[in-house]
Amino acid sequence: MPSKWIKTPLSKGVHYLSGNEAVAEGAIAAGCRFYAGYPITPSSEIMERMAIRLREVGGVFIQMEDEIASISAVIGASWAGAKAMTATSGPGFSLMQESIGYAAFTETPCVIIDVQRAGPCTGQATRVGSGDIMQAKWGSHGDYQVIALSPWSVQEMYDLTLRAFNLSERYRVPTMVMADEAVAHLRENLSISAKVEVLNRKKKKGASPFGTEEEDGVPPMPSFGEGERLLVTGSTHDGFGFRKTDDPGAHAKLVSRISEKILKNRGQIIETEDYFLEDSEIAVLAYGFTARTSLYVVNHLRKDGMKAGVLRLKTLWPFPEEAVKELGRKVKKVLVPEMNLGQVAGEVRKYCSCEVIPLGQTNGEVIQPETIIEMLKKI
Amino acid sequence: MVRAMEKYIRPGVKVTPFCPGCGHGLLMHSILRAIDELKMDMKKMLFVSGIGCAAWIPSPHFNGDTLHTLHGRALAFATGAKLYNPDLCVMAVSGDGDLSSIGGNHFIHAARRNIDLKVICANNMIYGMTGGQVASTTPKGSKTSTTGEGNPYRPFDLCKLVEAAGATYVARYSVTQPVALTQSIKKSILHVGFSFIEVLSPCPTQFGRRNRLDRPEEMIQDLIQRCILEEEAKGLTEEELAKRIITGEFLS
Repeated sequence: MPSKWIKTPLSKGVHYLSGNEAVAEGAIAAGCRFYAGYPITPSSEIMERMAIRLREVGGVFIQMEDEIASISAVIGASWAGAKAMTATSGPGFSLMQESIGYAAFTETPCVIIDVQRAGPCTGQATRVGSGDIMQAKWGSHGDYQVIALSPWSVQEMYDLTLRAFNLSERYRVPTMVMADEAVAHLRENLSISAKVEVLNRKKKKGASPFGTEEEDGVPPMPSFGEGERLLVTGSTHDGFGFRKTDDPGAHAKLVSRISEKILKNRGQIIETEDYFLEDSEIAVLAYGFTARTSLYVVNHLRKDGMKAGVLRLKTLWPFPEEAVKELGRKVKKVLVPEMNLGQVAGEVRKYCSCEVIPLGQTNGEVIQPETIIEMLKKI
Repeated sequence: MVRAMEKYIRPGVKVTPFCPGCGHGLLMHSILRAIDELKMDMKKMLFVSGIGCAAWIPSPHFNGDTLHTLHGRALAFATGAKLYNPDLCVMAVSGDGDLSSIGGNHFIHAARRNIDLKVICANNMIYGMTGGQVASTTPKGSKTSTTGEGNPYRPFDLCKLVEAAGATYVARYSVTQPVALTQSIKKSILHVGFSFIEVLSPCPTQFGRRNRLDRPEEMIQDLIQRCILEEEAKGLTEEELAKRIITGEFLS
């Protein structure tokens, strides 16, 4: 895999930024040189900063007429050779779903930042939520896999955006950063190192761009204008892009490969963090901003003698089922606080052998430490 | 297909998927003829299309880069590719339903931005691939599978629409005017900015058989009789004009 260490565009050291601003900086560091977007609260600061930063680094910025056009332009630019990104929130994320399916099926690298707000529908545009977790996985029709990451700090808005680009290029898959309003508008220190590792898509002249016998299941990807005379289509296709709209074998082969290439590389994709799980009887499983609160609570309760720990999911899709299975073997009860009505809790139940207690909250506010403490004491 | 144009066809492609009497093959030929006369490098050409019969004109036939996208989104995909790599000559070929109905928003905004895209709309005035439903371009009164009593609504005048939106080259021709059409496509390729050519293309399968033009040659004859030049339209009354289609270059 072509990988290189490059100098970061931002100077090495500590910067004081908001989460949304950190996303833009992470993208620029990763080599993103194309952004298309449409304004939507609470993600707009990403677009505003990209408009300035892409001009500075010689990239392309365009504000499109809607979110459908934004993600479509991103896919077009990606095939023209760009590392490309868009950012949005719930309603825009809904509009993008058909094109996300197109990107998954045509194996187009692209990064989508979803700064989640309180839904459904227009909901509360300025308030926090994390109700798009299932949509990230199941939003487009048909069977496919994507990668979705969940940052809990301004630092991770930078780090995981950068990682999202690397994963997207590595596996030729749409990759999402499932941020939330709380992390996006948080301001805190962001530490930038002098050099970052970036991955670039692999290329091989004349090779089939939609089929591979290689073990990782990821074919090389040429760009338009390189003389490869590419045939790209969202219809079922063979290794060279010829439409195969009534061939059962071609469909089964393609659909299973685009899923398998993600699932069999789970080990390289999934990241989780655990705290105090060695001696815990009860665990809080959390992600995003809620994981910060959960760790704060657990730190506090351990001082009072409660044997509690935290499993934090940095990767939401593909789902960290092994980590959750192991958690089920270690502890007696798992509490899953989240800013929706139990989307990840349901997934945890699938793999966790112990009791799983959902703590869903959908009032447009972050979950307070007291709410989790109260629940932990009750169970 | 004239053999001389075969060199622009992707190896491995044997037959077109179009119905007997469909005008899209004639349009395909005019596009390739224009590319040939201008000696364009197919390796630097990107053909973008949406969904529908016309979207199959470039994909898979044309032996350049092709991007067969989602229904209605061709111009948004094309915008991204052209902006990132301005060296590509980007031509979008799609149908009337794709470009002006489901893709109407992208259509007017791409024209407004005057991005250097060569947009060719194969207008058969109906949804062909899905079974002959009414389109935003179906003439008032025409019968379709969803307007059995005749279309109650007015059609778009695509050329006026796109001109008002800011396109900088606008023309309309029929596949029955292949020489003028080819010249127009050449102009569009050389034009820098958003160019739009509406190409009337008969669909005997879905439009003709529901509107007393059962046979392919009847549809062709009908187009030949109805298509007139702007100058010829000058002396005609409104009633006479209603049956005619004005063709030519409207903005260049």
